[in-house]
Amino acid sequence: MLKYTVRRLLQSLVTLLIVVSAVFLLMRLLPIEGYFGDGYDKLSESQREAVLQKMGLLDPWYAQLGSFYAGLLRGDLGASTIYRQDVPVLQVIAPRIPYSMRFGLVAIAIALVAGLAMGVSMAKHKGRAMDKLWTGYVVFVNAVPLAVYLLFIQLYMTELLGLPLLFDKYRPSSWILPALSMSLGSIAGYAMWMRRYMVDELNKDYIRLAMAKGLPRSTIMVRHVMRNAYVPMAQYLPASILMTISGSIYIESLYSIPGMGGLLVDVIQRQDNPMVQGLVLIFSSIGIVGLFLGDLLMALFDPRIKLAKSEASR
Amino acid sequence: MIRDSISAGPMSPEAIRAAADGLDPALFEPAAFDASAGERGGYSDYSYWRSTARGFLKNRVALFFLVLLVALLAFTFVQPLLPGQKSPTKIHIDPATGMQYRNVEPCAEFWFGTNTIGQDLWSRIWSGTRTSLMIGLIVGAVEMLVGIGFGAIWGYVRRLDGVITEIYNVLNNIPTTIVLMLLSYILRPSFKTMVIAMCATGWLGLARFVRNQIVIIRDREYNLASRCLGTPTRRIILKNLLPYLVSVIMLQTALSIPGTIGWEVFLTYIGLGLPVSIPSLGNLVNEGRQIMMSPELRYQLLFPTVVLSMITISFYVLGNAFSDASDPRNHV
Repeated sequence: MLKYTVRRLLQSLVTLLIVVSAVFLLMRLLPIEGYFGDGYDKLSESQREAVLQKMGLLDPWYAQLGSFYAGLLRGDLGASTIYRQDVPVLQVIAPRIPYSMRFGLVAIAIALVAGLAMGVSMAKHKGRAMDKLWTGYVVFVNAVPLAVYLLFIQLYMTELLGLPLLFDKYRPSSWILPALSMSLGSIAGYAMWMRRYMVDELNKDYIRLAMAKGLPRSTIMVRHVMRNAYVPMAQYLPASILMTISGSIYIESLYSIPGMGGLLVDVIQRQDNPMVQGLVLIFSSIGIVGLFLGDLLMALFDPRIKLAKSEASR
Repeated sequence: MIRDSISAGPMSPEAIRAAADGLDPALFEPAAFDASAGERGGYSDYSYWRSTARGFLKNRVALFFLVLLVALLAFTFVQPLLPGQKSPTKIHIDPATGMQYRNVEPCAEFWFGTNTIGQDLWSRIWSGTRTSLMIGLIVGAVEMLVGIGFGAIWGYVRRLDGVITEIYNVLNNIPTTIVLMLLSYILRPSFKTMVIAMCATGWLGLARFVRNQIVIIRDREYNLASRCLGTPTRRIILKNLLPYLVSVIMLQTALSIPGTIGWEVFLTYIGLGLPVSIPSLGNLVNEGRQIMMSPELRYQLLFPTVVLSMITISFYVLGNAFSDASDPRNHV
């Protein structure tokens, strides 16, 4: 286990290094006008030069990359240029992290519970009305773009249930819809994994033997089938983390949640380059860390994983 | 000759050499690849595509969506040629008052009504569907080519496996949304940007599927036999391996089209979509979203999303049904 952890940790660190460098260098491709906001036309050529010089944007790229890493080690991601002028990027982002974290974790927890319950009920009523109903749900969630159905949930569910349209931190009822929306996609994913697992497992010989010898169905379920169910659960976890991150960007913006996802949409629309860069780096890091933790959890549950070599088979 | 001497007991090296000299040297040349021999086989009534069609036609739901999708696609591309269709970008003006026909409810003149600046929603929806489908088809085709090519090399060439797997692990760690947003942010919003950004992210999944399948089947006995008989690698990949992958490839490609349409809507929402002058499903949904708080104008959001959902659901269901039908394991 230790060997696997260390190897996977090193891999994640290398990935992080590559991704951070790639994002930084890609951001250098942007036209320099982006760093001035509305004031670009008012400045003279020499004033522009001076500003760029101060920001270090005229240095060769490797020098910029070096000073960027030096800043990163001090916890300095640069300063916002447009969104909140000259305020350090981290200072803008920091108060928003708890919101995103809370929503993301709650969404993953809801998805786990609801998805597994749905998968079990699908397998139990295989081929009957319940199975078809939930399959319809899974098809709908996978086939209709998230950007479309989440919009309709916000529009009609708020009216139907009398819930607030936008997020308000003093009204707990305004938390319900965003958290549910974030988990819808993952629920479908968990349900499909769980259904496939249950159907496969129930056809295995040891279950048939258990039935033949007259064990009650509930005992078979609890003692045999459910005990191994953490495998499909853990297998889908990494994908569900990535999906929640993607969903949160859209949902936070829709419901005006003061989290990082909504902020990213905001600063993209206002073209605040240092903020975009900082947030993209943070989101990529969350992705990498999330997958790392997900893989560790998987290895903890399923001893076969740390023995197998191919990470790509996931 | 040799066998006789072996059975007779141990031989001296000279005796072996003498026995071997008597053999025809041509027997020890590698055999050349014979294309006609490669096609030789026993008689069978089995036809892959006929079995696929039979499996597909049995699926009633899939047939329904097939008819729906074909009708939708045909109509989308025929619509501008029909008589009495309006331009999707023309702003209609009331001749009596000189004012624009703003937010006209659906009526005989404007079948789906008009939008906030007086453009005909009916023709905008079909024009937008054309744009979004174009993006979807181009991206799907590129993903298929790159995904299959990359996946085949990744799975078949052992020496590259480790390197490409590492590259894959790096790319797979970053949420697709973030990559898409970053690429469209750096390039200027345009049709080309959108296609490039989506092509850059989409092939990864298909390449991995193809790679995993190839790793599973490349060392089966029939492939070992082929390799021993001197079949060129290209032919092994094309004739022995890829036919096995038809179902996976078709599924991934069919699912990539609704995926692309969805990403287009998302990118438009965050302001990185196509210019507003080009009608697309993303632009239409976004325009509808901006006025969704007034219930009497919601038709402007409803109509585009209904058309969009019909297309994406059809592609999704058809892709799954075709993948089931074309999987040789499901054939009788």
